[in-house]
Amino acid sequence: MAEREKERVKVLSQECIADGIFSMWIETKAALSAKPGQFISMYTQDKSKLLPRPISICEADAGRGRLRVVYRVTGEKTGTEQFSRLAEGDGLEIIGPLGNGFPLERGVGKRVILTGGGIGVPPVLELAKRMDCREKLIVAGYRNSQTFLKDEFEANGKLYISTEDGSAGVKGNVLDAIRENGIEADVIFACGPSPMLRALKAYAAEKDIECYLSLEERMACGIGACLACVCGSKEKDSHTNVMNKRICKDGPVFLSTEVEI
Amino acid sequence: MGIEEKAGTEADLRVRIAGVEWKNPVTVASGTFGSGAEFSEFVDLSRLGAVTTKGVANVPWAGNPTPRVAETYGGMMNAVGLQNPGIEMLCERDIPFLKKYDTKIIVNVCGKSEEDYCRVVERLAGEPADMLEINISCPNVKEGGIAFGQDPRAAERITKAVKRHARQPVIMKLSPNVTSIADMAKAVESGGADAVSLINTLTGMKIDINRRKFVLANKTGGVSGPAIHPIAVRMVYEAAGAVKIPVIGMGGIQSAEDAIEMILAGADAVSVGTANFYNPAVTMEVVEGIERYMKENGFKTVPEMTGLVR
Repeated sequence: MAEREKERVKVLSQECIADGIFSMWIETKAALSAKPGQFISMYTQDKSKLLPRPISICEADAGRGRLRVVYRVTGEKTGTEQFSRLAEGDGLEIIGPLGNGFPLERGVGKRVILTGGGIGVPPVLELAKRMDCREKLIVAGYRNSQTFLKDEFEANGKLYISTEDGSAGVKGNVLDAIRENGIEADVIFACGPSPMLRALKAYAAEKDIECYLSLEERMACGIGACLACVCGSKEKDSHTNVMNKRICKDGPVFLSTEVEI
Repeated sequence: MGIEEKAGTEADLRVRIAGVEWKNPVTVASGTFGSGAEFSEFVDLSRLGAVTTKGVANVPWAGNPTPRVAETYGGMMNAVGLQNPGIEMLCERDIPFLKKYDTKIIVNVCGKSEEDYCRVVERLAGEPADMLEINISCPNVKEGGIAFGQDPRAAERITKAVKRHARQPVIMKLSPNVTSIADMAKAVESGGADAVSLINTLTGMKIDINRRKFVLANKTGGVSGPAIHPIAVRMVYEAAGAVKIPVIGMGGIQSAEDAIEMILAGADAVSVGTANFYNPAVTMEVVEGIERYMKENGFKTVPEMTGLVR
């Protein structure tokens, strides 16, 4: 029998926290089991836009059944713009949590870098809150001085910042911040755009350290059926039986050495 | 309930497609439902007339580069490129999984050459698959596939070849990217097809005006979803009028109303495709909605509705 279903959830709050970046809390059953690194599929009300938008989980409060998403509005008349217009009390359809989260146990007792770039920054927050490690080094990469979630990161670890325009922290990307601050770690957990993840994969290989990457790709179903969001894999995948993995179902978090990005 | 009592009819949803009895006229379009396992969390597979698997070839195929999908107005476009784990894994893993459910199994078969198709069909001869659907209409692979689906003579020839090796009834899946769908349906019928299914996706293209690049890595992709539904209804009507074999109608069905429209146009059964991606439980709604419509309108069987609008 059907164990999962599309859920109609209630919007608890909506706030613009930087140019084009919105923070929304929703009341949902998904909060009960959500782990950092997982995502939810969010559906628009607009029947011309069929596919769900996969949005990463920024915070999950299981106790109160609340989940926070922080997302970027990708343009006018987009699905994300519609989400940004939702207000307290409005309804929203979602499915989630989906995918596998970050393997938190890999950080236990270690020096850990938690890093996010751009709209890959938000999922690092719940990760930072739940990570039980010896030393928690958070590296957040932004476009400019609008360093959203900064205070919340500072409450959960040592924060380093990079900005593309140099208006805050180190000028450049998260890897520039890691190098310039001389940050050393045993494990890296990262979420961000492909060029950033590629650079971190190479950095981890060079330093010979364990590195987990949360990938993104255009999705359709979000549940592993359509094979739209695949990435190349180092070995033949046991499910697909070819050299690729499904990002939505097998990921979105992968060990950097098991994927070709 | 009131209507049911008033009408005093019980709707019999069973249909017989090429000798195989389905408990209701609803299956899923190949490629939109994985092997069924991914959707088993969202729907009770035993409530489907049949499950149609993602296309399978004689060997594993890696598919196309990403991006493989794009949203379009009221639809979507895909160029997955028939990624599949190969026939051996389907037989070892997916068919046994589906056998646990009380539904018919339709294995969709793809290939790059006549020999490819025949090898898969042969391999399936001893497997508990109930029907075979032959995909000669995928617009997203360069060789094979579509090459057989756009020329009536080639379609007839591949049908004959497949039929020689097949133990199960053969459904030929037709492409809408042709001048005359009726001619294609007739061609596969004369090749010995036991049924036809249509429509596969319509070839489309989408360009990102900011990056000034194609959105899909494959440049073109197959358009599906509610936006193509009227085209599918028209083509089902034309095909059903041209052949005597059963017609499985598909293309943009997202509700029971859409499915009933297809049946009235001439479909003996329907497949729900893209809607699975945005409403994983849609097939259950379609089955329930067809039953409700039949009761409300006094139809006792599905064939009474098939092709009623001429």
